[in-house]
Amino acid sequence: MMRRSLIFDVSIDTVFRMSLVFSIFMFFAGHNAPGGGFIGGLVAGAALVLRYLAGGSDGSQQVGARFAHVMLGTGLMIAVATGFGGWVWGTEFLENTGVGAELPLLGTVKATTSLLFDAGVYLVVVGLVMEALGSLGHEVER
Amino acid sequence: MIAVLLLHGVVAGVAAASGRRLGRFVFLLTAIAPAATFVWALSRAREILAGNPVWVSWPWVESLGLEISLLVDPFSLMFVLLVSGIGVLIMLYATWYFGDTPGLGGFSAILVLFAGSMLGLVTADNLLLLFVFWELTAITSYLLIGFEDKRAEARSAALKALLVTGFGGLVMLTGIIILGAEAGSYSMSEILSSPPSSTVTGVALVLVLVGAFTKSAQVPFHFWLPGAMAAPTPVSAYLHSATMVKAGIYLIARFSPAFAPLFAYWQPLVIGVGLATMLVGGYQALRQHDAKLILAYGTVSQLGLMTAVVGAGLPKLAFAGAALILAHALYKATLFMVIGVVDHQAHSRDIRLLSGLGRAMPLTFWVAVLAMASYVGLPPLFGFIAKEAALEGMRLAPIGVDSVAFFAVVLGSVLTTAYGARFLWGVFGTKPPSPAHLGGQIERPHPMLLAPAVLLVLLTVSFGLVPRWIDSLIGAAGASLAMPDTSFHLALWHGFVPSLAWSAIAVGFGLVLFWQRESVERLQSVTDAIPGSERAYALGLTALDRGARWMTGRLQVGSLPTYSGVILATVAVVGGAMLVRAWPQDMTVGFADSPLQIAVALFIVVAAIATAVQKRRIAAVLLLGAVGYGVAVLFVMYGAPDLALTQVLFETLALVLFILVVRHLPDRFREPRQPFGRTSRLVVSIGLGTFVGVFALVASNARTVESIGFEMAARALPEAGGRNVVNVILTDFRALDTMGEITVLVVAAIGIAALVGQGRRDHG
Repeated sequence: MMRRSLIFDVSIDTVFRMSLVFSIFMFFAGHNAPGGGFIGGLVAGAALVLRYLAGGSDGSQQVGARFAHVMLGTGLMIAVATGFGGWVWGTEFLENTGVGAELPLLGTVKATTSLLFDAGVYLVVVGLVMEALGSLGHEVER
Repeated sequence: MIAVLLLHGVVAGVAAASGRRLGRFVFLLTAIAPAATFVWALSRAREILAGNPVWVSWPWVESLGLEISLLVDPFSLMFVLLVSGIGVLIMLYATWYFGDTPGLGGFSAILVLFAGSMLGLVTADNLLLLFVFWELTAITSYLLIGFEDKRAEARSAALKALLVTGFGGLVMLTGIIILGAEAGSYSMSEILSSPPSSTVTGVALVLVLVGAFTKSAQVPFHFWLPGAMAAPTPVSAYLHSATMVKAGIYLIARFSPAFAPLFAYWQPLVIGVGLATMLVGGYQALRQHDAKLILAYGTVSQLGLMTAVVGAGLPKLAFAGAALILAHALYKATLFMVIGVVDHQAHSRDIRLLSGLGRAMPLTFWVAVLAMASYVGLPPLFGFIAKEAALEGMRLAPIGVDSVAFFAVVLGSVLTTAYGARFLWGVFGTKPPSPAHLGGQIERPHPMLLAPAVLLVLLTVSFGLVPRWIDSLIGAAGASLAMPDTSFHLALWHGFVPSLAWSAIAVGFGLVLFWQRESVERLQSVTDAIPGSERAYALGLTALDRGARWMTGRLQVGSLPTYSGVILATVAVVGGAMLVRAWPQDMTVGFADSPLQIAVALFIVVAAIATAVQKRRIAAVLLLGAVGYGVAVLFVMYGAPDLALTQVLFETLALVLFILVVRHLPDRFREPRQPFGRTSRLVVSIGLGTFVGVFALVASNARTVESIGFEMAARALPEAGGRNVVNVILTDFRALDTMGEITVLVVAAIGIAALVGQGRRDHG
């Protein structure tokens, strides 16, 4: 096992958490500003890579691999389900509908089915990165 | 009618599910579907025969002109009654034919689906729908013939049937599409009432005929049918009598009256093929030792006769054809059931081994005698009436080749008599004692095993004695094919017409052939060496196998550089050719919008060249990343933040993943080796690079209509409620593309996991 630096570990951990939050921000910002499911997913992926390179797989590999499968599957399911939802409640496959509301503190909040669809994209991208790390990053400590 | 068809599907589902519990009695369950069809058809018969066909139409794929339109006129009604009536009897027969064979549930389900497909085929008015049912019968028959899938013989026979009829079906589909385009409709009744007469239609009809010929086992496609007797006997009985092989006859009968007068080739082609088939089948039947094969070649022969008769397109012969179809179904189903009974009791069908069965199973024997007498065309059976009608029609027909055709039919009858006699003698006769013989201690069959055959033979006899009973159906069936106002009647006794004499002559000569069977057999062994179309099929199949193996050996050389080299070279060559063809009239190439762009571009070029000449893998990967970041900077300069963001993130991830892989590989690139050496690599790389570069230039000059980008930008907020156009495109306007892309991502993830997992297992 490699010797670990405490400062390094703590700072990586902080950056990792911040990146995840940023990725979620990017995901939601995508509606009106640069961002979206793809970009958000890639940011989260980059965060995972960072942590992976810093900390190695340290035993979380098994869990990670299974989690990646779940993410990939769930993401695709959500995207497809949104498509069928458009069919059932709208007129077209993947048709976009949404509701808006004024909430306290947050201001105007809108929820659209394309956001749901984008969430599916996000999950798939993150899942792909995790899968690749889990598979290719095997024994990264060596 | 649609409900009746759907019932077959439902019954098949139930049968498949409950087959294990019911054992062989599952056939009693599946008999419900044909029985219901039969009752339905009888209840509508009066109305249909009175000239009010049942007509249903339901849209399916409107853009293709494919609709579920079913039309039951008298000719279809006759087929519906045949398919369902004989279907019920076949299933009763199967109940007592099969012992406790495993897998009967699935088998009975396919059998009932097969019956349903055949019903759909003979009632479909839309030609595309007819094709769908046509192929369904091919697929279900494949599964039925190959039921005993442990026997290589059954598997190859099933494959043969599928390949031959499937090939024919595809050829027919081409014909149907051309025909539909020419006629402006896929509705059979519309096409036939105002048939197109263009040259293209003539070609289309030949294609349709090829389909019909393969299905109805006409020369040179006849060889699949004798092979198909590898199926369990109930299936053979059904296949040979009421279904499958009658499909081609059905189609020819429908098309002939409309198209025979329009195309000069029609009569010579169809009648010629039919007669040739009749003679080849009869000749082959004469030399078989397996009783079932005698019947199978006999079917080929009779199908040839039917093709020739209905193919003339003349009213009188259409009428005779309808009678022949019914008569053949009745006696052929009977005879196959009989041979199944013999096989079931004596465990052999070889006429060299069977002896004395006539005494051991008298009822079976007499059923066979009556059915065979109808087959040969002896009075007072139904087969006689049908054959007389055909002979008389042939003799009087104003066909150019009348005398040849007529004498060919007589010759065919001679052969029929000869192999019919051979069949009866071979199966039931008592031969000179020999140690190889079976018989003597053979038990009589279970009454229920014989009952369906008895019932069928009773029909053959009573339709022969009282043709009035069936006259209205046959007459209306014939009339619904041809022009109206041509009604004919069946009669047992026509008076001393010439065809009667010819029948007698044919039977006489046939008996002489049977009497002289030993010299005939000697003569036939001489012709053994003549290669036929079956040999061509076998050679074709072997050549295909060998070709595929050769091709695989050439293409799958197992070298990654070669694979990627071939793929990339293909892109460069094919794409390059397309570029040259689509070369724009005037090219305007903007140089650069700002000096900074030139700097970034230079950076990219330098990094790219450095990547190519770099000897160390890690360094090459890093330089490749530099190229990507450079491109991202260009994106930013052009005001595409989403694109630049994605590019940077993707580049980062790709870099890391690349390094994760590269760390397992040697530090430096290996010197390229044969067969894909340095020169080839250089050529392919430069070619591809040139192609991509030129492509970008041409593509940016290829715009012929206004960009849709502005439209999308304008609609993004009002229609999708988002200000970020890129994101709106991804998740709304072109969401289907995105769905495709994430599906690719998931597939890629699975691929990575599988490949890496496999590699890890291989290397411990």
